[in-house]
Amino acid sequence: MEAPNAPPETSDTLEASSRTPEAPGPPAPPVSVLDLTPTPPQDPAASLADAPPDWFHDLHLDDIEAALTAGREDFELRPFFRSPLTSRDAIVYRHEVFRDLERPEVRATITAFAERMAAMRGQLARANKVHVDLERQRWLLDAAGTYQEAVERLQDGLAATRPDARGLRRLGAFLETYVAGPSFADLGRDISTVRAGLDGITYRLAISGGQVRVSRYEHEPDYGAHVLATFERFSQGATERYMFRSGQGQDMNHVEAEILERVALLYPAPFAALRTFCADHTDFLDPTVARFDREVQFYLAYLEYLAPIRAAGLAIAYPEIDEAHATLDVRSAYDLALASLRVGEGATVVPNDLALAGPERIIVVSGPNQGGKTTFARTVGQLHHLALVGCPVAAASARLPLVDRIFTHFEREEDLQEQSGKLEDDLRRIHRILDEATSRSLLVINESFASTTLQDALFLSTEVLRSVIACGLWCVTVTFLDELASLGPETVSMVSSVDPDDPTRRTFKVIRRPADGLAYAMAVAEKHGLTYAQLTGRRR
Amino acid sequence: MKAHLLYRDRDLDLGAPEPPGSADLVQDLELETLLAAMARGDAYLNDVARRAILAGLDDPAAVRYRQAILADGLAHPGLLSELYLLAVETIEAEKRIWGGFGLSAQSVLRRSVQALELFAGQLRRLRAIADQRAREVESEGLRTFFAMLQDQLDDAYLAGVDEHIERLRFRYGVALSARLGPANRGADYVLRTPRRRRPSLRERIGLGDGKSYVYQVPDRDEAGFAALSAIEERGLGLAADALARSTDHILDFFRLLRAELGVYVGWLNLQARLTELRAPTCLPEPLAPGQLDLETAGLYDPCLLLVSGQAVVGNDVAAPGRALIVVTGANRGGKSTFLRSLGLAQLMLRAGCFVAASSFRADLRTSLFSHFRREEDSSLQSGKFDEELVRMRAIVDHLDGGSLLLLNESFAATNEREGSEIARQVVHALLERGVKVCFVTHMFDLADGFWREGRPDALFLRAERRPDGTRTFRLVEARPLPTSFGQDVYRRVFDLPREAAVVPGGG
Repeated sequence: MEAPNAPPETSDTLEASSRTPEAPGPPAPPVSVLDLTPTPPQDPAASLADAPPDWFHDLHLDDIEAALTAGREDFELRPFFRSPLTSRDAIVYRHEVFRDLERPEVRATITAFAERMAAMRGQLARANKVHVDLERQRWLLDAAGTYQEAVERLQDGLAATRPDARGLRRLGAFLETYVAGPSFADLGRDISTVRAGLDGITYRLAISGGQVRVSRYEHEPDYGAHVLATFERFSQGATERYMFRSGQGQDMNHVEAEILERVALLYPAPFAALRTFCADHTDFLDPTVARFDREVQFYLAYLEYLAPIRAAGLAIAYPEIDEAHATLDVRSAYDLALASLRVGEGATVVPNDLALAGPERIIVVSGPNQGGKTTFARTVGQLHHLALVGCPVAAASARLPLVDRIFTHFEREEDLQEQSGKLEDDLRRIHRILDEATSRSLLVINESFASTTLQDALFLSTEVLRSVIACGLWCVTVTFLDELASLGPETVSMVSSVDPDDPTRRTFKVIRRPADGLAYAMAVAEKHGLTYAQLTGRRR
Repeated sequence: MKAHLLYRDRDLDLGAPEPPGSADLVQDLELETLLAAMARGDAYLNDVARRAILAGLDDPAAVRYRQAILADGLAHPGLLSELYLLAVETIEAEKRIWGGFGLSAQSVLRRSVQALELFAGQLRRLRAIADQRAREVESEGLRTFFAMLQDQLDDAYLAGVDEHIERLRFRYGVALSARLGPANRGADYVLRTPRRRRPSLRERIGLGDGKSYVYQVPDRDEAGFAALSAIEERGLGLAADALARSTDHILDFFRLLRAELGVYVGWLNLQARLTELRAPTCLPEPLAPGQLDLETAGLYDPCLLLVSGQAVVGNDVAAPGRALIVVTGANRGGKSTFLRSLGLAQLMLRAGCFVAASSFRADLRTSLFSHFRREEDSSLQSGKFDEELVRMRAIVDHLDGGSLLLLNESFAATNEREGSEIARQVVHALLERGVKVCFVTHMFDLADGFWREGRPDALFLRAERRPDGTRTFRLVEARPLPTSFGQDVYRRVFDLPREAAVVPGGG
């Protein structure tokens, strides 16, 4: 099979058509799939300064963020994961987009768009890097072609799949106008004309010694095919192809450039059209399309992160956001960061329920060590943060108050030099938190004051918790002090539990019941024959 | 071009897995002895012989196709081995061509051109043999093969091969066509016909039609020379790929030819050895599956003969319409030997080979399985009886209505009552499925049970013992007897007179 040898000869038709300048109109409002009330797009670098929130590390949100943004560094998605939203509607606005993207046909459309845009960026980067003009021009043409295809397919896809999300509907409306507009139409026509010209070229090289002769290709047989055909009769079945590594580098070298110049001399018209195209279309990328390209990565990244977790059978829920702060009710919640790790290892995690109603505001978690207490507390914090940034959460269902801030007070790494100052440091931190917190905040405390004496710890912890009660904020506290569990109607006791048949085995279930710190110790003692009854042979 | 010397319409599949149960058959029938006689120490011949003997045919016409080629081989000594040695020589010579280091297009191309020169010569020799022998042979397989060689390797074709060899030396450079790919770099390279002759002076100095532009890499621009030869290598790579695939094809042709001829060479080797030992062989008569039949004279175990080197006793059996053959009788009376000779004959019949008998006729069974009592299976933890049942389960999973199953003292690893009952149930079930069963057993309860059923499709053979206790190693058609004459063996081993028999319950 020979390639058609028909380079377009009429150079006039290849000139990019002169375009009418667009009439200046009122600037269209910015379109964002992340922000309900978008501000004009800003330089991603400007938001780089956003430091992670104080609670980020304690709740292992930094692990989640790292996994989410891996491979997407160029989009600088971190600010979106770090900045809590402040209204229920802003959160729902993102839920809508997530829900649409969970529809396979919408997802496919968006993923295909994102892939094309990534390819386009790669081509643009090459255009900016290379030195040979005829090469640079081609990269630009191909980048424009990829972009044009990305936009057209996106518009078609959105029109066909009819998303419900306000954000995506706004985008669809924008694309409809943009694609129908004159500049986009010009771009598409010029791309296909110039490409057809270049694709029609077939040239011939005759290499001998240090010399290469470049000429137009006239019909000639494929000699490789001829050789194969001659010996095909011996074939006893399929054989493998021989592949040879090309000695040619990644970039065009000067000999290739010399050859290309001669090809351009042999076929002047298509190359003239390419030159004109580049002059006319340097800035083909529309800012709104570029903004969408970046913002939609937020959703794709999160959904990709969830996929293996869901595949392992763990539930994901869209939280109901309670602006009235009446209840907190979550079913089958789990630590998302831990689940991501465990699922990767083929293991799973244990989900837990929690609910606070009426006057209840504080969950006091006690029970055996290594029983999942800290994980439970962290889970509650994660749920709230992820809900605040508009994401579905790691639970079967969730009704959460719209908190204004999250505070964490976790044991800091032991620092030997600072041993004496540790208690003071702990107290200073908790004091600052209580100053800043409002009745609409969430506080997660993990084993505070564990490094002091029991008497001190009990006193300090009781005082702190009384302040928390007075402040009225939502709180989860992990403690070894049973007494904290019954400070008042605001506190709810939850206990990490063990397997009744084998008390040494943790179930990682944290369930609502009175603190009973001794039950576990007694069970272990019994297993080793050390209970009173066992040792004395009689009942107490 | 297909040699098709084993099948009329397909190749020997050298990659095919052995049929299920093959390992047991090899062990139980002592097939290695037979293969060694075919191979005469050649591992390759041993391998193809094994494949051919285990992968049997179930179509009488396919069997006769091979028998005819074998008959040609017997009638024209040296013919098949001459062809076989030509194939071997070609393959060995190709292996010796030095390819240089690395796998660059250049080195692959150079090696392939050399290989092609070798093949061109060998193909001419093959053609010459075909020209010389085509009229001598009578088998359809060899006639077709020679005709194909004469047709496909005619003089014009061989001249064309020579021309390719010449062009593929690329004495006058490489010609390519290309299109513009990403970055406007060359893409879709296609190799164009290399010149056979030196370009004219006009061409060389760049005068011409005005439609070409020359670039000359400046002296001392080493990067430039490297860049240009990288493009040249594209062309050479295309040539190397096409040529190396072509020489692979030709090599494959010789390889398959070698394999198919190797099967016959092995059979001829075995035939020569048996003839040396003055034992008869015959081309058997294959009947279609389902035509239950067995009629043989002088059936012997060739492996026993090859090992002992001494004349062995043959058996005559007529078992038309019999699906069950029960063999009973004296210990060491030739029961197992008969079972092996029957299994080997069926294998050789199915393969298209001759058979170790003066005459042999039988229906082709679609598959063959053996279940022999294993004397020394100490490695197995699961216990002997359990092991037996595990093996039987595996066989039953693979049996179909056309199978032949050889049972040798199966189910004897438990007490006779239990063993008999299990064996009875298994055999009845298999017979109902159409399986042909030959059962060697000392279990009287079992064997006589079959006799008492009065089945018309059963044949009962007994290892013959003369009244004086000596064995003839010959089987006769007879009802099972309640003892297995173990005393006789005992007596002989201990060199006791018959009257001195002291074994309780004996006599």
